[in-house]
Amino acid sequence: MTSSIAIGSGGHDVLRFYLTKTVQFIAVLATTLFGLVAVTFFIGRIVPIDPVLAIVGDRASPQVYERVREELGLDLPLIQQFWIYLKKAVTGDFGNSVLTTNPVMTDIANVFPATLELATLGTLIGVLFGIPLGILAAVKRGTLIDQIVRLLGLVGYSVPIFWLGLMGLLLFYAKLDWVAGPGRLDVTYSYLYEPVTNVVLIDTAMQGQWDAFWDAVSHIILPASLLGYFSLAYISRMTRSFMLNELAQEYVIAARVKGLSELRVIWRHALRNAAVPLVTVIALSYANLLEGSVLTETVFAWPGLGQYITNSLQNADMNAVLGGTLVIGATFVVLNLVSDLLYRLLDPRTR
Amino acid sequence: MAGAPPFPQPSGLQAWLLSAEPNSRWQARFGRGYLGWRSFTNNPLAILGLGIVVLLVLVAAFADFIAPYSPVVGGDLRTERLLPPSETFWLGTDDQARDIFSRIVYGSRITLFVVILVSVIATPIGLLVGTVAGYLGGWVDTVLMRITDIFLAFPRLVLALAFVAALGPGIENAVIAIAITSWPPYARIARAETLMIRNSDFIAAVKLQGASTPRIIMGHVVPLCLSSLIVRVTLDMAGIILTAAGLGFLGLGAQPPMPEWGAMVATGRNYLIDQWWVAAMPGIAIFMVSLGFNLLGDGLRDVLDPKAAK
Repeated sequence: MTSSIAIGSGGHDVLRFYLTKTVQFIAVLATTLFGLVAVTFFIGRIVPIDPVLAIVGDRASPQVYERVREELGLDLPLIQQFWIYLKKAVTGDFGNSVLTTNPVMTDIANVFPATLELATLGTLIGVLFGIPLGILAAVKRGTLIDQIVRLLGLVGYSVPIFWLGLMGLLLFYAKLDWVAGPGRLDVTYSYLYEPVTNVVLIDTAMQGQWDAFWDAVSHIILPASLLGYFSLAYISRMTRSFMLNELAQEYVIAARVKGLSELRVIWRHALRNAAVPLVTVIALSYANLLEGSVLTETVFAWPGLGQYITNSLQNADMNAVLGGTLVIGATFVVLNLVSDLLYRLLDPRTR
Repeated sequence: MAGAPPFPQPSGLQAWLLSAEPNSRWQARFGRGYLGWRSFTNNPLAILGLGIVVLLVLVAAFADFIAPYSPVVGGDLRTERLLPPSETFWLGTDDQARDIFSRIVYGSRITLFVVILVSVIATPIGLLVGTVAGYLGGWVDTVLMRITDIFLAFPRLVLALAFVAALGPGIENAVIAIAITSWPPYARIARAETLMIRNSDFIAAVKLQGASTPRIIMGHVVPLCLSSLIVRVTLDMAGIILTAAGLGFLGLGAQPPMPEWGAMVATGRNYLIDQWWVAAMPGIAIFMVSLGFNLLGDGLRDVLDPKAAK
């Protein structure tokens, strides 16, 4: 690497800097996505089930078997098979799902909004409660509230999400009857609205179906709070450590010496500086919720990508499993890179 | 050393351990270990964590003596199904009339088996990839780290799911899948440590003495990466347990009738509303054990890796 601290031709260098960064960004994105495709291709090849046999059945004649094998391209060298797989993957073609017979990509496009709805609401809950809690824990360091935040984090890192979901259902649905049970919407409301965005909360609100809307709220609140808790555990812990870091800086002392109110020092000065790494943390926690949603959706019978993958798994529908895995992996990568990019954009020191 | 000492002087073994002028390398090593142990025992939460983990090991070792009933063969299906916790069945019975307490006791063996096997497989891989990449640098570093990043790009559970889907369900395949998803962070840490070590004077000295690259990596770099890696692996064990339990819950881990805790929760799901204990009890076991590993890992980090502690 050559260090190019050129003085003089300012504007030109800045432009070149951003250009290099963009090229680097695209290169990293491309190689990682290429790697994801390679990994899923590899996984698809180690399946012990013979894909030809799965289609033709074991009574087919050798001619039929051979023809299907050729149709599937399995007679080609492995590297050529990979090339074909890669070309298809780039255009979003992961083959058809055995279970639903639709193209995998169509299925995923149908179920992904449900997952995003859940993960977004979960992150919102995590941010709304996690950041104030983290700030409070940092400001009142060593007190009861600090211990509580620590405990929340510790439990969040240790508790199995599917078990907590079941216990939540038991308590809030079966015993207290505060929320609706598994699923996304009661059957009564399912046909009252047109699925436009496939995000029930938005669709029902836009079409003025308020009964359906509140029913949807009552269904989503428990799984979203569950995911929100895990996001809160992570965000509050990170907020606390960022804030502790900022509160020890000299500019905070300077602000206090100037006689600014404590609230102003905390919210306007310290938090603003802690906000930059927090953006990264929020993006990461959003990505983590995508993973958490796999088990949560199974528990709550939530018709999202997680449930799609596990359903396909149980039916040995490899196309669907690998397509879903790839979509989650790609979302994960993009979120990570975007958070990295935001960090660079928001923090002038990294330039 | 004149004047009366203000504190009681350590004597015997303690004096030998705390000696500022150890007579041998072994004495110095034991002394350091003793100091580490002292600061570890100052942390009550870490002791609690250690206690839980030791308890897990003991329960797994003496399951035959602890469990009052068989974990696999149930009692009378007509009268002993789905009984609530009582004096005869401490944690109740499940749908096959099996004692849940006994199943949890035997299940500790599966949990321990998974945790140990995954760390035994994943740690050396991560260590090797990380130290080789860090020490050699150049294109080897680039290639190895890109591969690491690709594996890091998948959410862990999802990648493990895909691997188990391909390999077929079962406890061994679950272990392999979790190990495949566990090594990348270890490689990252080992590489970061190696980068700090590789330009030190003692490495240069060994190099000048004519040591080969494998010898330098294995004999001089790897041992220095171990302590931070051990911390990371211990902290990771909770994650390994949770992933294994998640796979079990989805029916992809240990197969029935094995008393795997995640699979037991999945069974209890069918009886959640009226017989809550079937799902609740194994979940508490998972929670306790992963809490124990988290507390132990935090404590170890404070002792072995003070830099990383806040």
